[in-house]
Amino acid sequence: MSTTPYTFPDAKGHFGPYGGVFVAETLFGALDELKAAYAAAQADPAFHAEYEYELKHFVGRPSPIYHAKRWSDLLGGAQIYLKREDLNHTGAHKVNNCIGQAMLAKRMGKPRVIAETGAGQHGVATATVAARYGMECVVYMGSEDVKRQAANVYRMKLLGAKVVPVESGSKTLKDALNEAMRDWVTNIHNTFYIIGTVAGPHPYPMLVRDFQKIIGEECLTQMPEMAGRQPDAVIAAVGGGSNAMGIFYPYINVEGVRLIGVEAAGSGIETGKHAASLTAGVPGVLHGNRTYLLQDKDGQIIETHSVSAGLDYPGVGPEHAWLKDIGRAEYQPITDAEALEAFHNLCRLEGIIPALESSHALAYAAKLAPTLGKDKILLVNLSGRGDKDMHTVAEKSGIQF
Amino acid sequence: MSRIQKAFERLNGEGRKALIPFITAGDPSADLTVPLMHALVEAGADVIELGVPFSDPMADGPTIQRASERALARGMTLRKVLQLVTTFRTVDDKTPVVLMGYANPIEAMGLQRFAEKAAQSGVDGVLVVDYPPEEAESFGTAMKAQGMDPIFLIAPTSSAERIAQVAQIASGYVYYVSLAGVTGSGALNVNAVAERLPAIRQKTGLPVGVGFGIRDAATAKRIAVFADAVVVGSRIIEEIEKSTAETACANVKALVADIRRGVDEVKK
Repeated sequence: MSTTPYTFPDAKGHFGPYGGVFVAETLFGALDELKAAYAAAQADPAFHAEYEYELKHFVGRPSPIYHAKRWSDLLGGAQIYLKREDLNHTGAHKVNNCIGQAMLAKRMGKPRVIAETGAGQHGVATATVAARYGMECVVYMGSEDVKRQAANVYRMKLLGAKVVPVESGSKTLKDALNEAMRDWVTNIHNTFYIIGTVAGPHPYPMLVRDFQKIIGEECLTQMPEMAGRQPDAVIAAVGGGSNAMGIFYPYINVEGVRLIGVEAAGSGIETGKHAASLTAGVPGVLHGNRTYLLQDKDGQIIETHSVSAGLDYPGVGPEHAWLKDIGRAEYQPITDAEALEAFHNLCRLEGIIPALESSHALAYAAKLAPTLGKDKILLVNLSGRGDKDMHTVAEKSGIQF
Repeated sequence: MSRIQKAFERLNGEGRKALIPFITAGDPSADLTVPLMHALVEAGADVIELGVPFSDPMADGPTIQRASERALARGMTLRKVLQLVTTFRTVDDKTPVVLMGYANPIEAMGLQRFAEKAAQSGVDGVLVVDYPPEEAESFGTAMKAQGMDPIFLIAPTSSAERIAQVAQIASGYVYYVSLAGVTGSGALNVNAVAERLPAIRQKTGLPVGVGFGIRDAATAKRIAVFADAVVVGSRIIEEIEKSTAETACANVKALVADIRRGVDEVKK
């Protein structure tokens, strides 16, 4: 690895060949406005102070690190530590980013926020923060997902948000994103688009990463306290990739720490029914950036499959594409079955019900740990809790409520 | 001189404004696309914009999205779109054809390969909705190397700086998006469009086409007063949706001929 510090993206939002601003001219005004507002906020100590205050008092940060000792002992190898993002208000890491973007919206004088959501976690986090700040909130959600995630739809409504089912395309997350973009371009004068992951046109991948990097920054301080040193590997699930970027980013320049992103292999890469864009995709352009995509030979985006709705996305944040190409991070596939096994093990052995997204990262840790010595340390980002997944897991186990 | 340039020079000589209709290739079927293109020309089209369907048409409204979905469901691909243009050219060697679509199908084919094949098929210009000028350097070069025009959008929100950036890389014509929204929206303010045109003309001598939200002869006429070309898309797709395979060509022809009359009421 080179010793020059990592300074991506460049001024135009590129991570090597990835990222960029691949949107229609109609969105440029809004993106320029956002870039300027973000730069001003970054330079303003009051903005940072408010963000820290909100994270501490509204979200409950810092989130603790937990040594999963029983599970580690049973696996018989490396020690597994969990970064407990599941303990955040709203139950996942998503809220860190929503607070940052809602604060930007407030500074920009935009009274209306919109968001896309798949499983509903980002929608719930956005609705929560919109209620907190007194903003109008509209959440776009594929009509298939609306059916699958009825509890989260109701949660968003309780919080005062309007949920719009999207009927176009495959009626899932990617189509919700298309529809949110269409809303944004039509209502640019009063609307802020809170993107939930490290994808989309520049400056979103950078901005979302910056609002999530608190995860890794806390780990840099907490790991020496908890384990006496930094971990040998940091492991996180990757759909769009925001929880992974959040924990990876502060570790990029830390030598000797492996960064491992875990993708959803669904029924198995060989079956074609998966969502592993870095493992099995090729570079292309979607949703405003160049990155690895799951697409057919004619360049049409194909449908993805994963037990975890939050990983069910045909692209991936451009910074992950770049980290893969330069070899700073590695990306591994985990199937639905492997993730479910890790889910149950964490429930039974540690008393923690993890989100199915996070269960992918846990499953890879469970694979890796036994191959390493007991003195090795793995840090897994437990990005969310699994309450939302009760129905899915019950269904997979043949149980009806 | 390119077909597009020739078309605008001829119109200029005749003191008329251009009409640019849009249809999606493969909608409602591949078999009907070339007959529809000929019908557009018979109705008075000066340039044809042919949509290349994409699974995620982010800048399009529901009408053109549906057209894309219908075309993809019937197996339309970028390669087949180029074959359709080749077929069209066996009969019509004069009417410029501009492809309009998204970056990914082109990148999947390979930019160089696409440029060569498109030029061989008789394509005259290409508008890639999600290639803004800052991401379009190699695209612009590849198009021009094959004698094709890279067409770019200008929006109501484009700064003078951005208009200049577009002017530097664009050729053929520029396409002014007449409202902040997606294709097929209803909220077109003709006066606001008129006020923006001088800022564009200050930066580029290229003809300026205006589109998004133009649905009838009356609006087309009001736009043609100050624009060089009027672009109509979603309204034509709606006409195709309402028609059967047997009536589509005749209905589209009648609609476009009516809009043509509106445009021709304006004399330079």
